[in-house]
Amino acid sequence: MDISSLHPLVLALLVLGGLALVFGAILGFAAVRYKIEGNPIVDQIDNLLPQTQCGQCGHPGCRPYAEGIANGEEINKCPPGGQDTINSIADLLGVDAPELDAEHGTESELPTVAYIREDECIGCTKCIQACPMDAILGAAKQMHTVIADECTGCDLCVEPCPVDCIEMREVEVTMQNWKWQLPSPLAAVNSDIIASDRQTPQETKQEDTAA
Amino acid sequence: MSQLIYPLRGGVHPPENKQQSLQSPLRRLAIPRELVFPLAQHIGAPAKAVVEIGDRVLAGQMIAEPNGPFSAAIHASTSGTVSAIEARPIPHASGLWGDCIVVAADGKDESIDFEGCENPFGLDHEALIEKIRHAGIAGMGGAGFPSAVKLNPPPNSNIDTLIINGTECEPYITADDVLMQERSEDIIRGCTLLAHILNSPDRILIGVEDNKPKAIAALEQSLLKLAAEDLPGIDRVQVVSFPTKYPSGGEKQLIQILTGKEVPSGGLPAHIGIVVQNVGTTVAIWEAIKHGKPLIERITTVVGESLKEQGNAIVKLGSPSQFVLEQFGFQEKSCARLIAGGPMMGFSLPDSRAPIVKTSNCLLVPSHQEMPDPAPAQACIRCGHCAQACPAGLLPQQLYWYAQAKEHDRLLAHNLMDCIECGACSFVCPSSIPLVQYYRASKGEIRQAEIEKEKSDRSRQRFEFRQKRIERAEAEKEAKRLARKKAAEAAKAKAAANAGTAKTAPAADPVAAAMARVQAQQSDPAEQLAKLERAVNNARNRLNSAEEKWQQAEGDQKAKLESRFKQAQLRLQDAESKLHDFKQQSAGENPATSNPATTNPASAKPTAPLNIDSDDPIERAKAKAQQRLSMSPLEKAENNLSSLNDRLKKAQEKAGEADDDKRAAMEAAVEKLKQKKAALEKEIDELKAQAPLKENTATAESPIDPDSIEDPIERAKAKAMQRLNMSPAEKLQNSLQALQTRLAKAEEKAATADEDKRPAMQAAVEKLQEKIKTVEQEIAEFKAQQEPAKPAESTNESSGVPLDAASAAIEKAKAKAAAQAQMSDSEKHAAQIESLQQRIQKAQQRLDKAIEEGNDNVDAFRLGLEKLQAKLKELESE
Repeated sequence: MDISSLHPLVLALLVLGGLALVFGAILGFAAVRYKIEGNPIVDQIDNLLPQTQCGQCGHPGCRPYAEGIANGEEINKCPPGGQDTINSIADLLGVDAPELDAEHGTESELPTVAYIREDECIGCTKCIQACPMDAILGAAKQMHTVIADECTGCDLCVEPCPVDCIEMREVEVTMQNWKWQLPSPLAAVNSDIIASDRQTPQETKQEDTAA
Repeated sequence: MSQLIYPLRGGVHPPENKQQSLQSPLRRLAIPRELVFPLAQHIGAPAKAVVEIGDRVLAGQMIAEPNGPFSAAIHASTSGTVSAIEARPIPHASGLWGDCIVVAADGKDESIDFEGCENPFGLDHEALIEKIRHAGIAGMGGAGFPSAVKLNPPPNSNIDTLIINGTECEPYITADDVLMQERSEDIIRGCTLLAHILNSPDRILIGVEDNKPKAIAALEQSLLKLAAEDLPGIDRVQVVSFPTKYPSGGEKQLIQILTGKEVPSGGLPAHIGIVVQNVGTTVAIWEAIKHGKPLIERITTVVGESLKEQGNAIVKLGSPSQFVLEQFGFQEKSCARLIAGGPMMGFSLPDSRAPIVKTSNCLLVPSHQEMPDPAPAQACIRCGHCAQACPAGLLPQQLYWYAQAKEHDRLLAHNLMDCIECGACSFVCPSSIPLVQYYRASKGEIRQAEIEKEKSDRSRQRFEFRQKRIERAEAEKEAKRLARKKAAEAAKAKAAANAGTAKTAPAADPVAAAMARVQAQQSDPAEQLAKLERAVNNARNRLNSAEEKWQQAEGDQKAKLESRFKQAQLRLQDAESKLHDFKQQSAGENPATSNPATTNPASAKPTAPLNIDSDDPIERAKAKAQQRLSMSPLEKAENNLSSLNDRLKKAQEKAGEADDDKRAAMEAAVEKLKQKKAALEKEIDELKAQAPLKENTATAESPIDPDSIEDPIERAKAKAMQRLNMSPAEKLQNSLQALQTRLAKAEEKAATADEDKRPAMQAAVEKLQEKIKTVEQEIAEFKAQQEPAKPAESTNESSGVPLDAASAAIEKAKAKAAAQAQMSDSEKHAAQIESLQQRIQKAQQRLDKAIEEGNDNVDAFRLGLEKLQAKLKELESE
């Protein structure tokens, strides 16, 4: 049968159908060949979370919360990460950054680490079992101590201690972790001063004392 | 040959203010009473103290050793005693206190013998680096980078240029200027030594700003003078001067000025074949190697309007700033603040006790007029002066915005990390914005964020590892548990198999034990019968003797005896009635177990020679049986029951084979069937109860021998009859046997079943075992019920031939009892003991195996063994 003898409409349908099959096959192949394993967005969110594994968000760890966020959960449930983490997740997901949800806790000013008052420790190993980071050293009936470098300050060990010998201490500022502070933003009192208004320090001090 | 100079991009020209400190000559300061040596005077790991409190130290003695490769040693700068190792104020921008070794000077200034080196150029690279390392030399220009590290560049980098930095571009500071004037020869010698250490680069450039003509002149003079000496590489040394501009003294800026090359972003000068050393460092290295003198003093500029005199001084490291300033007539009242370093890059010291350290090139104590407080910052007007001033070619204004917004990504994209914090942008800002403070803070934040990120990655790893470890431990536990369970099941199955194959063997488990007990019970009815008969005989004998006595007796004795005779009579009657009852019962049950042929009542004669009530009970029982046989509703019920039993059996089999999910349904079906069966049995019982009423009509009818009947239906009927006629005890025993076979099957299945089905099977087996127990209990109860029937037994020993079913059964039971009785007590005992011993042995084996495997059931096994042993003891004592 001569192909030209076909009705033009039939011919067109055949050609289009053929094309659809070809492209469909290509797309199908590409989908299999370039398949992405896992959910990359979860990894990205997980990377932004502070990995304290504290569970304050209501999930048993940071990764489950990352999965929760990927499934549409609120992004403001992470007090250890604070506003910075919320902002970066908001950036990643292209949403507005909400305020930290106070229901899950408040952002602490300074990072803390657990500290065991060692002479009070009875060596019950309860805190060791609670620590998600394996950051507590010790054995049954032996004194325990916290590896401060590995402690994320999740305070999960405080609750199980039967003798309340664990406290959260602020991380001490040392030469190694000290950093300059940002200058305080332009103060409102300075807004009416122009560059030519430079005062001598004495004058400023006098004004201060007068005030 | 004059060196080509490349222009510096950006830069500013702040007031130089260098004249003040150049007015007076270099002087050597006295020794303070107390010297403080911070352990962290350099970039990198703090040194490790090697002295203890109370140790006497000499000048040049190492008091702290380098802690790792990226560290530097610290030496005492005078003789004295270590008075403390504690936190003291140190010169650091943070104002924090740091660990220090405090030496109380004795004023003698005794020093160790410095081990010099005649020909340092003869030493190899490693030896020289080690000497520098142990001399504790760190960059003296201000950064404090350990020199040994800097002079040991990565092996793949080909160093072609050595630059000696004599720029000293910061205002006020003249320490290097003075050094170049005073020690120019040592600088030239030092730089040739550095060139030697660096494998003789092509060029050795000493860069000096053109605002230090005296220093330049001194250097060139020394160069000419030393050219006569045979210093290797001195011909490659050049003194290069270039226009003064801040911050041309920056390492990267100096490289650019002298070579035109730019250090790549994030790279090191060594990456482009250049090493830069400060002139002060060069001299220190020369002294350390040539004369063996470690870094214990330095030239420091002490300047500012709050001083009576300003100038440079050779200061022993560790001297408190307060002490140094006092030597220059410090007036604290007029001092605006104490600055370590220059006005551009220095930082305020909150505590004047902070000591002079290796990097302290200047102490600046300006008056309020000299250095007023910074004007309040105002809004950025986007003038762009800062961008023009930036020597690193950055966009300070953009960085300012991003720093305020804490946009770290943007800051990094704008190369914040290439900022050298020179402060040129702040200097030119018309709005007095402390720009460099923003950059310093942002850099700190970014580093902090990086550290946190690293930590969080490590935390994630640790957390995930922990999760994995816990999972693995769980899996191991589970596997162990399964293995134990399997072993226990295998042992159980084995025991069950043993019990199944050898029923006579000692029961190794509850099933076998139950079976053994049941077997023992089976002989009981006969025994009971025998006992009852004996009781009747006794009663009759007593009666006879009582009658004899009564007849022989006279008078009042006769009345007495009469009452006794009557009593005996009553007792006999009582015993007889009991025997009668028991016989009646056994007549009902015996046909099933006894030979059917003998149960044929047709051959039985009603002339049984029983002394009392001889005909009635037996005949009645016979009749009853016959009657029951002929009863049509009863037959029906029986048929129903048998079919129900079949169905029940099948259903139970199915249930045993079914999957877990189907099993529930099956079991429900089985339960239903059982209920039906129970109902039917009840019905049958009722029918049975009605049966005695039809006694009279039934007597004539002949019972059917099931075996002799041809018709299968009839036979089935007969069998059903038989079953019906079974005594409750027999019924129970039958059901017990059925249960035991089921149990054996179930156990077999459980042993061969898959692991996942095993728990279900196990449960089924346990259920069966429970059922068996309840059945056993019922049997025991029944036995107990029969017990009271004993005394009523009347003897039928005299009756000779068994004439009907009941008597036949009785006869058989008697025979059995006799057989057992023939077996002597001791024999019985022996058999029991033997079986018990066997059981104990097995239990012991099982226990041993269990202990070996660490089985959970060890305790249970041990308990069982102990029980068995107790039993054995009891038996043996009997």
